[in-house]
Amino acid sequence: MKAAVVVFPGINRERDMAKAVELVSGTKPVMVWHGMSELPKVDLVLVPGGFSYGDYLRCGAIAARSPIMRAIIDGAAKGLNVIGICNGFQILTEARLLPGVLMRNKDLNFVCRDVHLKVENAATRFTARYSAGQTIRVPVAHGEGNYFADAETLKRIEGEGQVVFRYADAQGNASQDANFNGSLNNIAGVVNVAGNVLGMMPHPENLVTALQGGTDGRGLFESILERAA
Amino acid sequence: MKARVHVTLKTGVLDPQGKAIAQALDHLGFSGVDDVRQGKFIEIELAGTDARKAHADVEAMCEKLLANTVIENYTIEIV
Repeated sequence: MKAAVVVFPGINRERDMAKAVELVSGTKPVMVWHGMSELPKVDLVLVPGGFSYGDYLRCGAIAARSPIMRAIIDGAAKGLNVIGICNGFQILTEARLLPGVLMRNKDLNFVCRDVHLKVENAATRFTARYSAGQTIRVPVAHGEGNYFADAETLKRIEGEGQVVFRYADAQGNASQDANFNGSLNNIAGVVNVAGNVLGMMPHPENLVTALQGGTDGRGLFESILERAA
Repeated sequence: MKARVHVTLKTGVLDPQGKAIAQALDHLGFSGVDDVRQGKFIEIELAGTDARKAHADVEAMCEKLLANTVIENYTIEIV
């Protein structure tokens, strides 16, 4: 599967993302500048984390209206695979590719540490290498990851199995204590209805090789990159 | 012509920043503050002279960019 990483001004995780793709697939992804209005011929687009446009207006709001996002929105409607991580997740919600919104963490703190996630849905193209209910350890680094959606949307995404990851304790319990940012239902990652767009706040790209202290994030990249294009 | 846009959080959406401000006001000795909600004020200079068209244009700006209508409401004033 051919991949591209989108680069916005103020993004800082694009190299981590590109390295993770290269380590898992053996091929470097194409780096795509936000001002381009067309995507190269790829099967997967990755929107990395950082602080696009300095988080002005709202996190991800300006990036979501950039020329390359129009191409990504068009592509996603035709089945293009898209992953947004951290700021990338915020950008995809602002672009309305994913439901909900990411608000300020409940305690207003920027949280930068490893957390545990429960894999809620292992039947997606992004999580096929995990098993349902599996607990993985992945770092987070964000100040605005507090997932919110109105009651109706929340009910719908829960019912449709669109919640892919939840914040949990080391035993996999999605407890309130593990919900450090205040997300509704401990939601850490969601997919769209069609299943080709994933957004998540934690950083699986930062745990793909032993040198990084663990490989729990690798499954996500293996799931999608080793899938037939 | 100018448009003045207020963007505020919808009722029921938690506002941790507003809560922090309320707490700081309390620390400063301002009693009687029941609640604080923080929003945004955006001022836009417009070229045209047709107030009705300006209102419609700014409304489209709010829907497309200035507000995230999942969590925010907006009000527009043309002056």
